[in-house]
Amino acid sequence: MTNMDELVTYFTQKAQAVSAVVAEVNELRQAFEYTVDLCDRKEACQLLLAGCEAPLSPAAGELCQRRQDKIIAAPGLDAANYQELDTLCRNKGLTLIRDDLRGYLAGIDIGLTVIDYGIAETGTLVLNSNNEEVRLATMISEIHVAVLPKSRLRQSSTDLEKELEAMMRMRPGYTAFITGASRTADIERVLALGVHGPLELHILLWEDR
Amino acid sequence: MQTASDVKEYREELRQALDNEFLRQAMDSFAVAYRAGRAKAFAGMDVDGLIREIAQAKDDSISRLDELYDEFKRNAEAAGTKVHLAETAEEANQIIAGIAAAAGVKQIVKSKSMTSEETQLNRHLEAGGYEVTETDLGEFIIQLRHEGPTHMVLPAIHLSRYQVADLFSEVTRQKQDVDIERLVKVARRELRPKFAAADMGISGANFAIARTGTIALVTNEGNGRLVTTLPRVHVALVGLDKLTPTLSDALRIIKALPRNATGQAITSYVTWITGPNECVASPTGKKEMHIVFLDNGRRDLAHDPKFAQVLRCVRCGACANVCPIYRMVGGHQYGHIYIGAIGLILTYFFHGRDKAKNLVQNCISCGACKAVCSAGIDLPELIKAVHARIQDETGSSLSNTLLAQALKSRRLFHVLLRSAKLLQRPFTGGGPYLRHLPHMFAKDQSFRALPALADKPFRDTWEEARPRVLNPKWRVALFSGCLHDFVFPEQLNAAVKVMAGRDVALDFPLDQSCCGLPALMMGQAAVAGDVARQNVMAIDPSKFDYILTTCASCASHLKKAYPTLLGHDPQLAARVAEFSTKVIDFSSFVQDVLKLEQADFIGDGKKTAYHAPCHLCRGLGVVAAPRELIGKAGLDYRQSEEEDVCCGFGGTYSTKFPELSAQILKKKLDHVVQSGAELLVTDCPGCILQLRGGLERRGDAIQVRHIAEALADVLTEIPAK
Repeated sequence: MTNMDELVTYFTQKAQAVSAVVAEVNELRQAFEYTVDLCDRKEACQLLLAGCEAPLSPAAGELCQRRQDKIIAAPGLDAANYQELDTLCRNKGLTLIRDDLRGYLAGIDIGLTVIDYGIAETGTLVLNSNNEEVRLATMISEIHVAVLPKSRLRQSSTDLEKELEAMMRMRPGYTAFITGASRTADIERVLALGVHGPLELHILLWEDR
Repeated sequence: MQTASDVKEYREELRQALDNEFLRQAMDSFAVAYRAGRAKAFAGMDVDGLIREIAQAKDDSISRLDELYDEFKRNAEAAGTKVHLAETAEEANQIIAGIAAAAGVKQIVKSKSMTSEETQLNRHLEAGGYEVTETDLGEFIIQLRHEGPTHMVLPAIHLSRYQVADLFSEVTRQKQDVDIERLVKVARRELRPKFAAADMGISGANFAIARTGTIALVTNEGNGRLVTTLPRVHVALVGLDKLTPTLSDALRIIKALPRNATGQAITSYVTWITGPNECVASPTGKKEMHIVFLDNGRRDLAHDPKFAQVLRCVRCGACANVCPIYRMVGGHQYGHIYIGAIGLILTYFFHGRDKAKNLVQNCISCGACKAVCSAGIDLPELIKAVHARIQDETGSSLSNTLLAQALKSRRLFHVLLRSAKLLQRPFTGGGPYLRHLPHMFAKDQSFRALPALADKPFRDTWEEARPRVLNPKWRVALFSGCLHDFVFPEQLNAAVKVMAGRDVALDFPLDQSCCGLPALMMGQAAVAGDVARQNVMAIDPSKFDYILTTCASCASHLKKAYPTLLGHDPQLAARVAEFSTKVIDFSSFVQDVLKLEQADFIGDGKKTAYHAPCHLCRGLGVVAAPRELIGKAGLDYRQSEEEDVCCGFGGTYSTKFPELSAQILKKKLDHVVQSGAELLVTDCPGCILQLRGGLERRGDAIQVRHIAEALADVLTEIPAK
């Protein structure tokens, strides 16, 4: 095994330990196909936003009504990649968006992002989230699909200090460490995923060399 | 929240908490699961090294808070953040209300912040007409119930799913199922519109990094990210103690904080924010960002040589997770706003003497908190110090003062003990226990039988019993402690028997007195110092290789506390240092110095459980020696659950809070019984008093022996020299 293979194995193991789904892709297009497929396979009942099936107060219930289509948000992609993903989405009747995510606070199905760095030791993703749309895509989506270029994988946070320090120095800057799905254990210490953020985190390790 | 006006009222509240069966069960399973989770999370890591590094780095930050604040302010303001400094809680609340008013805010969402609990921010904002919603699930629940958190990390740990379902049914006016997954989703949906409508988000911060003017939030649910993203105004309320020089300081703490808090390698989210970020909802396209630093006594604390280390706290909550008292009564009775061991201390500094005065007495000083603290804070010591300070400020109770005065003079103290010996006769019925105590003494003590004072104290038989040694290899001074001198001299005699014929020249300097730990537990620091001085003068360390004590509590007090109590006296410092270095517990002496082997014993394979005294396993870090000796002695060691959890004695603690002592004891004895042991061995006469008394009351036949007795019972005959 090469160092990279070991790092990938280590990262995968740590990310899976916190409930992330980890897969590998050889090119970005594969990641798009994965995302579209995942969204397409989301069953009808899952179309309902998490919680909408529960009896709610009128204000909370109202938000549920506004959803119709299956939506993927990919605000961080460049024009060519966005175009490519958009074509795949259209073929399956899915809606792809990249801005005005505030119009979708009730929730979107999938947020797709390309990650800046990965930390193997804890299975953590590091994402520059200065762009508000990117930030929201990782917060209001039910599933967050994160593409992590293997070249950006590091052993520990200490190995990333220089890069992180540079991110802290951005004025302004909003940097997110994301490890697994949103979770809580606030009721009887029972672990529940997806309390405010994504219910699932899928990490696609991208062979980018 | 503490409302009890005195210990009596406080005890009544504790009794009520003890009756809450759900709470007890929840706390029990948490305590057990936490220990396993923590151990797993730290597996393979140098935990002590990490804690030392964190402590050092925090101490450095604390020593230059003002400088770090200036640096932070400069960098944050260059990024466009407005930085405020509030001297008091009230001022912080006013600043935040002022920001809200100026920005035309109506609705506010909050992520979890203990600092805002400290300032009672919600109450202030709601009085100003703002709608404030807590969005952390636990905080949301307790806000709806109008109560405070019972844990710093798990604020609603005291509530059951049924209570939450009822609460959510009320809020949604719809019947909710008792299903945790679904209840979590209900909160998700109920809270989302609050995020969407809010004009202002209030967060705390786990770090404020001076070099870049960055704040960081360590969270799991993701609400902190929404709170800092959706509303157009963001206010972070941050204690000055969260200032840290660089990113690497924060990354280091993140290695320990989640592991120690919840057994997670890292939380789901760590969010790093520098300056006002992009915000589509704001007319300027950028957020309005404020950071309000809270002093509220922190800068004074930073200059206090004793208490500055309190500011090392990273709010992981571990000190509550392992506390045997917290486990019994939960956070509402074990803190005011801040919970657990650190809460007992912080309450005094942040919320005043009145809120702290009862709480600080409710520490059994088992040291479990100190052993897990992320930042190596000497919590039991500081709790005792706060207790002492409160007594200095207010004067102590009459009984407390009398006891302390008695302890101060060895002669008086011993005369009292000898008189008690005579007085107890009507109550013993000739047996080893006090059988017919008058009600005023026996009150609430029925959970254990209390031993009678011995016919003759150890000191009276010493000259006769002293072994004669011709060619000593080791010169050893015995320090008996009160219990081995006056109550259980046979245990110390057993120790003498184990050492006999092994070239150990024993001496028992008669001017020794109580070790002084009880005085410290009563908050009588000056008396504790006096007594320590008497002992250090009574036993000249230069004349001995070891100062041996068969009482784990005395041993740990002599070794660990004496240097602190007396080290400041230049005339005594060297002597105290030598004294403390030479103090050794019985098990370590037999195992590591005498190096007794299997051949020295002829055990009968009796099924034997072990109770690890707090002051031995944590106080002195002695873990292996007694267990190895049990094996060598030919006894059949049966491990029991939670061997290193306190037995509930705690000296005067068990008389002050008997209900709690009884419950802790019950759990301990249940575990011992489950192990199937016939014999229970331990290293401390205080534990023996508690354990034996408890078993006697239960009518259980398990024998309780000091390890010296257990070994003396099975010694191979030593050929006379």
